[in-house]
Amino acid sequence: MDIRDQIKEKLGKKIMQWHEHSSRRVYLSVSRQDIFGVAECLFKQVALRFATASAVQIPSGFEIVYHFSHDAGGTIYSVRVLLEGTEPPAVDSITPVCSAAEWIEREIWEMLGINFINHPNLKRLLLAEDWPDGNYPLRKKQD
Amino acid sequence: MSHKVIIPIGPYHPLQEEPEFFQLYDEGEKVVDIDIIIGYNHRGIEKLSESKHFDQVAFLVERICGICSSSHPYAYVLAVEDILGGEAAVVPERAVYIRTVVDELQRIHSHLLWLGLAGHFIGYNTVWMWAWKYREPVLDLFEMVTGNRNNYAMLKIGGVRRDIKDEDIPVIKKTLDELVPAVRMFEGAVMDDPVIRARLEGVGILTREQAIDYSVVGPTARASGLDMDVRRDDPYGAYARLDWNIIVEKTGDIFAKTVIRIREMQESIRIIRQCLDKLPPGAIDADVKDIPPGEGIGRVEAPRGECFHYIKSDGTNRPVRHKIRAPSYMNVASNKVAVIGGTLSDATITLAAVDPCYCCTERVAVMRRDTGKKVMNGWDLIKLSQEKTARLKGGGA
Repeated sequence: MDIRDQIKEKLGKKIMQWHEHSSRRVYLSVSRQDIFGVAECLFKQVALRFATASAVQIPSGFEIVYHFSHDAGGTIYSVRVLLEGTEPPAVDSITPVCSAAEWIEREIWEMLGINFINHPNLKRLLLAEDWPDGNYPLRKKQD
Repeated sequence: MSHKVIIPIGPYHPLQEEPEFFQLYDEGEKVVDIDIIIGYNHRGIEKLSESKHFDQVAFLVERICGICSSSHPYAYVLAVEDILGGEAAVVPERAVYIRTVVDELQRIHSHLLWLGLAGHFIGYNTVWMWAWKYREPVLDLFEMVTGNRNNYAMLKIGGVRRDIKDEDIPVIKKTLDELVPAVRMFEGAVMDDPVIRARLEGVGILTREQAIDYSVVGPTARASGLDMDVRRDDPYGAYARLDWNIIVEKTGDIFAKTVIRIREMQESIRIIRQCLDKLPPGAIDADVKDIPPGEGIGRVEAPRGECFHYIKSDGTNRPVRHKIRAPSYMNVASNKVAVIGGTLSDATITLAAVDPCYCCTERVAVMRRDTGKKVMNGWDLIKLSQEKTARLKGGGA
C-alpha cells in the first residue's frame, strides 16, 4: 500500500487537516491529545525517521511541528499541533517512543517554555545554568 | 580505582551551534555511563535569523560551521525555494550544477579532515599528515572557485554568487585526477592494516535498532545498515541526473564508518567530474523578489548527514521562524549507546567516530571521582589510545 494511504488509514479521524504542499512535503494537523499516539504510529508502525521538531509562538498560542521523514520516498511528513489557551503550554512528550526526540523537546522547553509531560529528562540543553527562570528567548515580545 | 572522566569538547564546534561536553563514568577500563552536556557555545542563530532579511540569513547560517559551511546555506536556500515552488522551478540549470560541485568538494575536504584526525587519535600520525596534505589542494580549489578556503559565500536564494570559469575546469579536473590514487591508497592502507582493523573493528558499535531509535543520519546511519542519503531520496542539486553510488555497511562499528567515508570520496570525485562535463551554459542566478507567506523545508546531505532547515514566512522580508537542525544533533546523542561498554582507550576514537568536533578534543580531562583531582588531560587520553595501537603493533602485527 502507498505510504500516504497507509498513514491516512492508520491515523483515520485523528487527521484534522491534510495538506500536500508538494509531492515531497506533506503537512498534517492533529489535536494535542493525539500527538503521542500519532508519533508512536508514525515512528514505530509506519517506520518513519524522526527528523526534528520546530516550535513557534503564534498569536493564539504555540504551534509545534514534528517533522518525520520517509527516506525511501524522500518525503517529509510534518505533523502540526496547536497549543492554545493554556499557560504554561503543555503537550505529551514523544521521547518514550522515540529517543531521538529527547534533545529537541528539551530545547523547545527551555526556548519557548512549553512543558513536555512524561519527558524522562526535562532539563536545559543549550541555555546556561544561570539563565533566569521563566525567560524564554524564542518567545515573541509582547507589546 | 574508580575514575570520573570528564571530556569537555569545546569551546567551538565546527558544525553545530554548540560544543559538547562528555562526562564518562567508568569502572577500571570500562565505560559504564556517559552524560552528554551541550550548549556552551549557543549563539542564538535561530533567534538572530528572525531579525535578518532573507538574503542576509544565507550569510548568517554559513557561520554555523567552518567545515561544512556550504551545507547550512544550501539547506536554507532550499527551504526558501521550497516556499517559492522548489529549486528546480526557481534556480537556473548552471547554478544547480555549480551548487553540486561545491557541495561535493566540501565532502571531500571534510572526510579527509576526519580521516586525518581519526588517524591521529589512534596513533597513526602518518595518516594524519598525509590526509591533510591531500586535503590542501582541495582547499586551494575552493579558493580558486569561490574566493575562500572556508565560508565560501556561494549560495544565494535563486542561484549562486560566483560562476566557475571555463579556464578553471581543467585545473579542478587535474587536482581530482591526482586525488584518486591518494584516496585509493588510504583505502588500501585502512583495509590491509591489521592494527587499524584491530583498533576499529567491533569498536563503538551502533546497532541498526539503536540507529533507528536515535534517528541518526549520514555515514553514522549508513554504517549501521540504514540505506539512506538525502541526495538520492529527496534529490536536490544535479544528483538525480548523475551516476554515483551510496555506500552502506552493516557492522555499525568505527571501521564501517571509516570505510564509508573513504569510499564516499571516490564517489564525490565521480560526481564532480560529471558535473564539470555536463555544466550547462547560461545564467547563474534568478531574480527573486518577494518571499510569499508559507512554510518550507530544505535538506541537504552534509558530510555528516542530513542537514535540516525549516522556514516559516509571513510575507514580510524576514523569517518568522527558522529551525536549524545540524546532523550532529542527532549523531552526537547516539554516543550515549555507542560508548557505553567500551574501554577508556577506545572512547576517544568512538566519540570522534560520528565526526563531531576534533579541533578541541585534546581538551579532555580525567578526574578522580572522590577528590575531584585531575589525573589525566586530553593529551594523556590520546596517548593512552596511541599506546594501545603501539602495543598491538608490537604484538607481531
